[in-house]
Amino acid sequence: MQGITIDHLLFIFKGAGWTIVLSALGFIGGALLGVPVALARSSRNAWLSRSTGFFVQVIQGVPLPVIMFVVYFGISIAGFDLPALVAAGLALTAYAGAYLGEIWKGCIQAVARTQWEAAECLALTPAQTAAYVILPQAGRIAIPPTVGFLVQIVKNSSYAVVIGFFDLTYSSRVVNNSTFEPFVVFTIAALIYFAMCYPLSRLASRLERKYKKN
Amino acid sequence: MDYQFDFSFLATSWGDILSGVGLTIRMSVLSIALGFAAGAVFAITRVYGRPWAQKTVAWYVDLIRNTPLVIQAFWLFFGLAALHVRVPALTAAVFALVVNVAAYTTEIIRAGIESIPKGQLEAAECLGLKRWRVIWHVILPQAVEKMYPSLISQFVLMMLATSIMSQISAEELTAIGYRIQSETFRGFEIYIVIAVVYLILSWLLRLTMEQGARIAFPRRRRLAAQK
Repeated sequence: MQGITIDHLLFIFKGAGWTIVLSALGFIGGALLGVPVALARSSRNAWLSRSTGFFVQVIQGVPLPVIMFVVYFGISIAGFDLPALVAAGLALTAYAGAYLGEIWKGCIQAVARTQWEAAECLALTPAQTAAYVILPQAGRIAIPPTVGFLVQIVKNSSYAVVIGFFDLTYSSRVVNNSTFEPFVVFTIAALIYFAMCYPLSRLASRLERKYKKN
Repeated sequence: MDYQFDFSFLATSWGDILSGVGLTIRMSVLSIALGFAAGAVFAITRVYGRPWAQKTVAWYVDLIRNTPLVIQAFWLFFGLAALHVRVPALTAAVFALVVNVAAYTTEIIRAGIESIPKGQLEAAECLGLKRWRVIWHVILPQAVEKMYPSLISQFVLMMLATSIMSQISAEELTAIGYRIQSETFRGFEIYIVIAVVYLILSWLLRLTMEQGARIAFPRRRRLAAQK
């Protein structure tokens, strides 16, 4: 790696830092959006569950780079000059919210039907049933797939490169443009992504096995 | 907000958009076909192969699934350029997509293979079938049939993933959108149009694959009718 200096490496790591920032934003935003989406999707109100279902289908039917572009150009025509971080964060929030909402909806529905009936027998209100009976159990089921989805968020944050967000993908590309050592540069970038994602993948599959046993 | 929406670019650039759609479809169909074939071979290797082959496939799957597709595409595309190998963007893009989607398909088909009851394998062996015939005629069709909903979702995701190949200068739908945007500065409208086109494409792909599955797996239909 004759062309790569310490400065280049530091530059790549700086991008990696922004990848972590963007992933954290996407996950927090996605979780905040995912809870109401999951609740609305499993609601008995047909209008509510259908309209959130439409939102989910739109997000799942459009590539994330295109969502990034729509948000990026959308907020710029609304007259705000917001940095790419905000646009990328909002796009990733919409993306993660839709997928987490669907995952968590599945977890809510995985709670045995009899639990709802038992709660009804105890004369709990719907809100009490949700808070004390269903959500604690659904939460346990939700942990492994949620950790697994974190990997998707970290990996897919790389799509923010299309709107010029300075993340690990962007910084490694810049270094490649000046050094033209693609195998070295992109192997380093891949290893950094791997170091972030692989522990999460392992944790997710370990949790999955653990919860399956119980 | 006094923004005036302006979709007039559609009148002049619908031809470009259609050609982008064409490339997106070609890229998707090629990658799905090749990715499925590679995934099936890898899954069989992962379950029935020699220990070293099983381990190699497991490493490949872990490596691909824990790194972004963009980085894989850059590695391949810029890497080949550094080796002075010139390949058309479409070829590089399809290759990157196949390498990527095969890893996911491997895991899906492997889960399918592992869910087939052992009795099926024993029964087929009792008929004196060779090992590869058992896998090919008995295990694999059942595994694929069982997993086809997951496979369809994976292939729709893959079709959407073609959009990132604009970054390695493949002139697919997203790249066309970007080009029109830089000519007309109507980014918001253009990407709404592009998003709608992708929505239609993913809906069509899902529908086609569901219909295909209905023809390929008539047994499921019979079983459903009996219930």
